[in-house]
Amino acid sequence: MEQPNLIYIDKLANGDESVKKRLIEIIKTEFPKEKKEYLLSLENLDYKKIEENVHKLKHKISILGLEKSYEIANKFEHKLRDQRLIDSKSFEGILIKISEYLKTI
Amino acid sequence: MNCIIIDDEETARVIIRTLCDEIGNLTIIDEFPNAIQAIKFLNENEIDLIFLDIHMPDFSGLDFIKALKNPPKIILTTSDTKFAIEAFEYDCIIDYLLKPIERPRFEKAILKTKKHQAVNTSNTSIADLNHKNDFYVNIDRRLIKIDLPEIYLIEAKGDYIHIKTEDKNYVVHSTLKKIEEKLPESLFLKVHRSYIINVKKIIDIEDNSVLIKKDVIPVSRSNRPELMKRLDLL
Repeated sequence: MEQPNLIYIDKLANGDESVKKRLIEIIKTEFPKEKKEYLLSLENLDYKKIEENVHKLKHKISILGLEKSYEIANKFEHKLRDQRLIDSKSFEGILIKISEYLKTI
Repeated sequence: MNCIIIDDEETARVIIRTLCDEIGNLTIIDEFPNAIQAIKFLNENEIDLIFLDIHMPDFSGLDFIKALKNPPKIILTTSDTKFAIEAFEYDCIIDYLLKPIERPRFEKAILKTKKHQAVNTSNTSIADLNHKNDFYVNIDRRLIKIDLPEIYLIEAKGDYIHIKTEDKNYVVHSTLKKIEEKLPESLFLKVHRSYIINVKKIIDIEDNSVLIKKDVIPVSRSNRPELMKRLDLL
C-alpha cells in the first residue's frame, strides 16, 4: 500500500531546507482546513462544493506522492459532477492517511 | 519579466514562487488568492506574465481571461486536463502546466514564454526603425500633423486620448494602445495604464510619480524599473 512521502518536495527544494520547511508548514496549515471544508460540504450534500474541495485536496495528494490515491480522488471528483458520492469512503481513507502522516513530519 | 500568480491555494503559489526564484529575469510582483483581486491590480499595473490557476471558486481562470481587455502572456496551472483544448483557443495562453509542477516542465514553459517575448521585441524594433518624426491625427475631419519630439504627454480618457505638446493639446478618438504602436520606444514610455510620457521631457521623479511640464503623472509600480533604466543617472 502506497505511503505519503516527501520526494516531490525534496526535488522542489533542491537542497534548500528553508523551502522544504516552509512548504511542509503551509501544507500542514492548509490541509486540515481543506479537509474540514470538504467534510462540511459533504454534511450539507453540496455537490458543487464537494467537487471543489476534492479538486483542491487532489493537489496535496499528488504533492505527497500518492499516485494511486490521486487516481481515486480524480474518479471521485468526476463522479461528483453527476452528483454521485460512490467513492467518498475511499477518499476519506486517503485524507486520514495524510492527516496521520502530517503529524509525523 | 514581471509576473503575478493567481491561485486560491497557498501551497501552489509557494511552489510557483520557488520555481521562479531559480530562474533569472523573472520577478514575482505579487500573488493573489482569487481573480477579482488580480483584476483590480491589473487595472493599475502592467505585467508580462501571469501564472493562472483555472479551477478557482466563483470566478474561474478562463472567466478571468475573458474579463481582460488586453491580457498579458499567461501560463495556466491546473490539476485538470479537461480545459486544455479550450485553453489554446486564447492567443495569450503560452502553456498549460499540470500540477504538481515539475521543474523541467516549468523551465520549458518559461523558455517558450521568453521565445515568444523575443519575437515580439524584434518586431517592435523593426517597427521602431520605421518610425518617422511625426504623424497625423484626424480631428474634426482634418488631418493634423504632430511632431513626435514635441509631444510630452499622452493621456487616455474614456474613448479619447489627449495628446499634449509644447504649444497645443489635441483630443483624438483613439486608444493608448493604438498610439503606443506608432511611437518610438526610444522616446516614449507607458508609465501607467492611462499615461504615456516623453522620457526626454521629465523634470523630476518622486517615488510613484513624474513631473512633466506642470503635470504630475503617476507611475505604476511595475513600470518603475523600466523608467529607471531609461534615465541617464549620475
